[in-house]
Amino acid sequence: MSDMDEVGGLFRQEAAELIASLEAGLLDLERAPTDVAVINAVFRDLHTIKGSGAMFGYADLAHFVHEFESVFDGLRKGNASVGPDLIAVALRACDQIGQLIDAPQTAGGQSDVLLAALRQAMDGDAADSVSPDQGWRLRFRLGRGTLKLGGNPRLLLEELGALAPIEVRALLDEVPSLDALDPHDCLIGWEVVLSGPVSREAIEDVFFFHRDDMLFELEPLDGPSADAATGPARPEQEKAPDAPQAAAAAGADTMRVETGRLDELMDRVGELVIAEARLSALAQRLHDPGLLAVAEDIQRLASGMRDATMSIRMVPIGSIMGRFRRLMRDLSQSLDKPLAFVTSGEDTELDKTVIELLADPLVHILRNSMDHGLETLAERRAAGKPDTGTIALGAVYSGAEVLITIRDDGRGLDAEKIRAHAVSKGLIAADAQVPRADLLKMIFAPGFSTAAAVTELSGRGVGMDVVKRTVDALRGQIELESEPGHGTTVTLRLPLTLAIIDGLLIEVGGENYAFPLAAVEECVELPPEFEEEGKSSSFLNIRGALVPFLRLRNLFDVAAPLTDFQKVVIVSSSGERVGLVVDRIVGNNQTVIKQLSRLHAQMLCFSGATILGDGSVALILDVPQLVAMGRAQEERARNPRLERAA
Amino acid sequence: MTKTILAVDDSPSVRQMVRLTLTGAGYAVVEAVDGEDALQKAMARKYDAILTDQNMPRLDGLSFIRKYRASAAAVGVPIVFLSTESREDLKKQARDAGAIGWMMKPFDQAQLLAVVKKVAGA
Amino acid sequence: MSIQAQNQSKTKAAINVVTLRLGGETMALPADCLREILEPVAVTRVPRAGAFVGGLINVRGAVVPLADLRVAFGMALTEATPDTRMLVLEVPVAGETVVVAILADKVHDVTAFDPATLEPIPAVGTRWPPEFVRGIGKWQDGFVILPDLERIFSQGAAQGAATGLVEEGI
Repeated sequence: MSDMDEVGGLFRQEAAELIASLEAGLLDLERAPTDVAVINAVFRDLHTIKGSGAMFGYADLAHFVHEFESVFDGLRKGNASVGPDLIAVALRACDQIGQLIDAPQTAGGQSDVLLAALRQAMDGDAADSVSPDQGWRLRFRLGRGTLKLGGNPRLLLEELGALAPIEVRALLDEVPSLDALDPHDCLIGWEVVLSGPVSREAIEDVFFFHRDDMLFELEPLDGPSADAATGPARPEQEKAPDAPQAAAAAGADTMRVETGRLDELMDRVGELVIAEARLSALAQRLHDPGLLAVAEDIQRLASGMRDATMSIRMVPIGSIMGRFRRLMRDLSQSLDKPLAFVTSGEDTELDKTVIELLADPLVHILRNSMDHGLETLAERRAAGKPDTGTIALGAVYSGAEVLITIRDDGRGLDAEKIRAHAVSKGLIAADAQVPRADLLKMIFAPGFSTAAAVTELSGRGVGMDVVKRTVDALRGQIELESEPGHGTTVTLRLPLTLAIIDGLLIEVGGENYAFPLAAVEECVELPPEFEEEGKSSSFLNIRGALVPFLRLRNLFDVAAPLTDFQKVVIVSSSGERVGLVVDRIVGNNQTVIKQLSRLHAQMLCFSGATILGDGSVALILDVPQLVAMGRAQEERARNPRLERAA
Repeated sequence: MTKTILAVDDSPSVRQMVRLTLTGAGYAVVEAVDGEDALQKAMARKYDAILTDQNMPRLDGLSFIRKYRASAAAVGVPIVFLSTESREDLKKQARDAGAIGWMMKPFDQAQLLAVVKKVAGA
Repeated sequence: MSIQAQNQSKTKAAINVVTLRLGGETMALPADCLREILEPVAVTRVPRAGAFVGGLINVRGAVVPLADLRVAFGMALTEATPDTRMLVLEVPVAGETVVVAILADKVHDVTAFDPATLEPIPAVGTRWPPEFVRGIGKWQDGFVILPDLERIFSQGAAQGAATGLVEEGI
């Protein structure tokens, strides 16, 4: 860490304290609006933040606080008094200070709106004419005959979408059953959340032709939920929960716990699970009924404990979706691409660590969708697409995994362009026969993204390979679907938790290894014709599909003699399969994952190690890596020339 | 997918201004010189929007709208009524006849484009 | 002895070292990097990791890599005896503390050792890679080798990289 970083860290720490003090001062001021001591304290805090902010290069922050300060100067000089809205707005401005420190690049947009609101509140003006910076909730129903007259709700929604990022929900309660339905009647209503500063007039203008004959309800978004939804997540020392969906925190029933303590608890539970496995193994061996009963009890308690502990660590993904809304809004404006950003599955929970590590890759994918995925306005029009593009971010449970999808309705991936680029980067040979799906995946290959291929927005020197690496490190997978002209869907498959997984234990040459059970598709007998090596091709016929297989004993240089009845574990990753030949399937096993030390960091086909019931260590096999090996084998089989080259 | 607009006005200069403005923005424009002409053209094919003046020989704008709306072919075609008078009762008449919107003459190019975009899409 | 080494050694007080027998030689490791000494436990082989850090052991619930310094020093490998021990050490590798266990044929003692008696390894006439030895000292009637653990394990990690499966294109 350089000295400057260290000092910067100090500034952030100091600023966090000042913000907390400022917040406390503002709350005091609410109770005692004329208390000069409190006003002075607030003023002092602002002044200090401004000064040190400017010193550490936070120009936007310094400017913002300067304006904030001048508004409060009126109070100090007694020219103004604390109005009803002032404290609320000032608290938001106080949050903004934190955001300008944490995310100076993205937080800036709110500053002016907040400052305007501050000045308004100070003057005691009703905040009516101010566009609420959080946005609006709009419900509307058009006149029943609107469609016949050529009114087009889609155009209205697009127009709204051009004002601010929108989330749209159809109100179907007035739609009758099919036999009573006249398809020309406009019976659907809409609820639209516009997240961003838009004036009431601008929204009313959209419905200019319809106002006489429609239901129109418009209310500003406010309150803590909207606040959190638009702002980036706040540092942990702040009090408010920032998940948009986080149940309006039942204050007294929750308490904040340092994450370090949770990690420690998880470690202890991991050890407990291992000790329990040892106890069970011992009890089995000794055949003591009393001991067996205790072991069973302990097993039950340990697994309950494990589940409870893991659930504490689970965080709704909505907690990071909020900050994306802001990002997308800003990108939409700077790129001049009208956007409807739709999120779903905010309640889906993932391990805290997974969520934290996921934030950056998601930002990168979203930026990419916005930047490369969505066409320009002109291109969309030329293609007969609606002006407003859609990017949908969703999360959903799928077994022991969570699927996170990022879907855009943009131009889709151009396989030929990707091929050309990959060839020019030397990633594939000019005449290589690469299936389309594999070509698309090249965008995740290291060295694919280049300055020429990315714009200033997506650039920043990192490519999609960083996304892939992060997801790999989380033991997740990336899937990619794209239809030219219709858009691209990126799916991240992630394990629910990082700490403990269900494993399938196997044995090769007397050594144990664990597969993540979630990646195991099935186990089959190795057909006798394959028992002796080298007699036939290395492909298994699994219900008509050819699956490449690898012999773990070869891969791992096993010296022990071959046993009869070899088994094949079929594992899959990103839709690709590979078979691994093993001596024996031992069984399922609660696998507490231990990272390998840096001395083994390069052992790519192991994702970690675990401790078995007998106290011995077993390596955990990295399925994507094994699948990649299987694919390499498949390619060599298809193209013997490559084999010689390799 | 070029959108086609039917512009109905007896004034050649207004029609010209409409044509130049809209074709410049990527729309196709078909012109009609009065209500009768408009009715024939409107029945012959479906337009993405129709802009019509009120005071025209043979058939005025309101009458054109009423006759056109009486046919099934008119379902879903937005009509914007152009008028020189800002009278609430006239707006209401236009609405009742079947116009989706109205526009005050004179208008400039930006206003025209905004209105067409509003009803027909880009 | 170089002047620099002399100056250095004079400023240093005696340090505690643990002395052990390995591959027919006596070695001394700074006691402050020693976490514990274990009776040999079951070792899990890490396929393809190479002989130097070829295994993993369970140290009270933690998975710890097991290294064999004999490989680094090119010494002959012998079977374990009742005296064989595993020493769990904390070694800085590339700015990070790594917990690693090493094998010893026999652990002698923890003893005070005067760095002043330390001499650089002769440039010729030794069979050990000189870069892995911090120096040779006198202890009791013979000599004792002070291995440079940080360097040994830093290179070991790099060697691990070279034997990674993917890099071999398997």
